[in-house]
Amino acid sequence: MSTFNALFKRELKSYFESPVAYVFLVVFLLLSGFLTFFVSRLYEQGQATLEPFFFWQPWVYLLLVPAASMRMWSDERRSGTLELLLTLPVTMAQSILAKFLAAWAFLVLAIALTCPVVVTIYGLGQPDAGTIVSGYLGCILLAGAYLAVGAVTSAMTRNQVISFVVSLVVCLFLLMAGWPPVTEMLVQWAPNWLVNGVAAFSVMPHFESIQRGVLDLRDFVYYFSVMGVMLFTAHLVLENRKSA
Amino acid sequence: MTQKNSRAGLVFHGFRSFFRMPEGWHAICIYPGQLTPDEKSPRAGATDGVIDSYGGIMLEVKDIKKSFGDIEAVRGISFKVEKGDVLGFLGPNGAGKSTTMRMITGFLIPTAGTASVLGHDILDQPLEAKRQIGYLPENAPVYADMTVTGFLVFVAGMRGYSGKEKTDRVNAAVERCNLGRVRHQTIGTLSKGFRQRVCFAQAVLHDPPVLIMDEPTDGLDPNQKFAVRSMIREMAAGKAIVISTHILEEVEAVCTKAVIIGDGRILACGTPAELKARSPSGRLDEVFRTLTSGQNAA
Ligand SMILES: Nc1ncnc2c1ncn2[C@@H]1O[C@H](COP(=O)(O)OP(=O)(O)OP(=O)(O)O)[C@@H](O)[C@H]1O
Ligand SMILES: [Mg+2]
Repeated sequence: MSTFNALFKRELKSYFESPVAYVFLVVFLLLSGFLTFFVSRLYEQGQATLEPFFFWQPWVYLLLVPAASMRMWSDERRSGTLELLLTLPVTMAQSILAKFLAAWAFLVLAIALTCPVVVTIYGLGQPDAGTIVSGYLGCILLAGAYLAVGAVTSAMTRNQVISFVVSLVVCLFLLMAGWPPVTEMLVQWAPNWLVNGVAAFSVMPHFESIQRGVLDLRDFVYYFSVMGVMLFTAHLVLENRKSA
Repeated sequence: MTQKNSRAGLVFHGFRSFFRMPEGWHAICIYPGQLTPDEKSPRAGATDGVIDSYGGIMLEVKDIKKSFGDIEAVRGISFKVEKGDVLGFLGPNGAGKSTTMRMITGFLIPTAGTASVLGHDILDQPLEAKRQIGYLPENAPVYADMTVTGFLVFVAGMRGYSGKEKTDRVNAAVERCNLGRVRHQTIGTLSKGFRQRVCFAQAVLHDPPVLIMDEPTDGLDPNQKFAVRSMIREMAAGKAIVISTHILEEVEAVCTKAVIIGDGRILACGTPAELKARSPSGRLDEVFRTLTSGQNAA
């Protein structure tokens, strides 16, 4: 356990010691604010709902999350410290989990920093506190799912940029597969079962249902299976690597 | 050394001659397919007279192999290291020294064969084995964004230390490796030699019974080379140490025995004196050259 804690602490701290993390934090907050207030015009609409804010989050995370995960393993491989880490008395599973949880904690903090939006909403009227909480819960789970994808892509390469781009593309696929404009287009020429099959992999329906305040066990199962499968894949990738 | 009449069979690749090693020689090099029945040789083990469950052999490498696709980097290497031994691991570039060390320390999984550290098999009990090992990898990788102390505190935490003991361990390591002057500096801003020392500090922090160092004096200034060698000699009594090096004087200065490998195989082993005796001029570099030149021609 002390091993796990030591690694978790180091990882979390390394986010705050790197300027890249701050840059992405600021970009994330500015972008979220811009999309919510200027594109969706939350203020002008005058409704006490966070819907315009949550609407953009899955898209904004496409940038934020791969940025947080890109150096998770690729940097260790590039600089050779992977050799140091894996010869310390720690199991691969522990390292993967510690790094994943540290990155997730960093993302939860980033998401928590959007709280001024909530304050604004309370200024506009009486929002439903339940949907705000469940909306944020959905955001955190979504970030976790993206992050697990990023863990795999960063385990596969020693190049952070490749890791960033590939995880962005995979997450984009996870997102778009069930996004109504895409599914409606697919229905035109693909059989229904195929469209539904593809959509079942998508994060979108699960994100939307939690955001509406529906806490369905199936959505949780979905998110945690995505994370489980991805982290297991990362384990396989790292175990079968031929060198640093 | 207090060992008596350990006999070791050794097949000398290239010359195909068979030697009986003299008394006092107890690291056994086994050529693949030529397993020596060493179980018969008495091993009244460690200097303190305690016969451990692992029979005084701290590190045993058993016919270990590693292939990277078509490249056979290590083609079956076996040796044993006992307490008090400093084994010099020699060989030309690409011989498979680092690959062998990476397998022993659990970074690479062997294609075949295994090793055991104080009786813990590296494949069956990797964590127990890793706890007994201190490892200085080639090129001394360290987290560049951490400070020296921060890094050592992290490693101490990973090694299971906490509280005052952790602080003491870190301070002792800083002291031992002359890092006091730079202890609050970010590692990325250190010179190469200092980075090497930080990584060395990390390897000896937990006072491991088995110490594996891949080119420990690489990039150090003459004073530091001297310091590291004296440190290795000081620590040797209670430990089994394996170092790889390209500096042959280093072998004579610190090693109690040496293994020369080439192309993934053991070519020769013995005490530095025995190896030297193989050349008319009595020089180690000449023996090294005779054994390893023409390696790639075949
Ligand atoms: N990840 C890898 N993929 C493919 N080949 C590898 C890999 N790692 C090592 N090799 C090959 O294995 C062989 C042994 O390499 P190794 O690094 O063990 O040599 P070495 O004895 O440490 O050499 P040096 O003295 O230069 O450090 C070399 O031919 C090398 O090219
Ligand atoms: Mg090497």
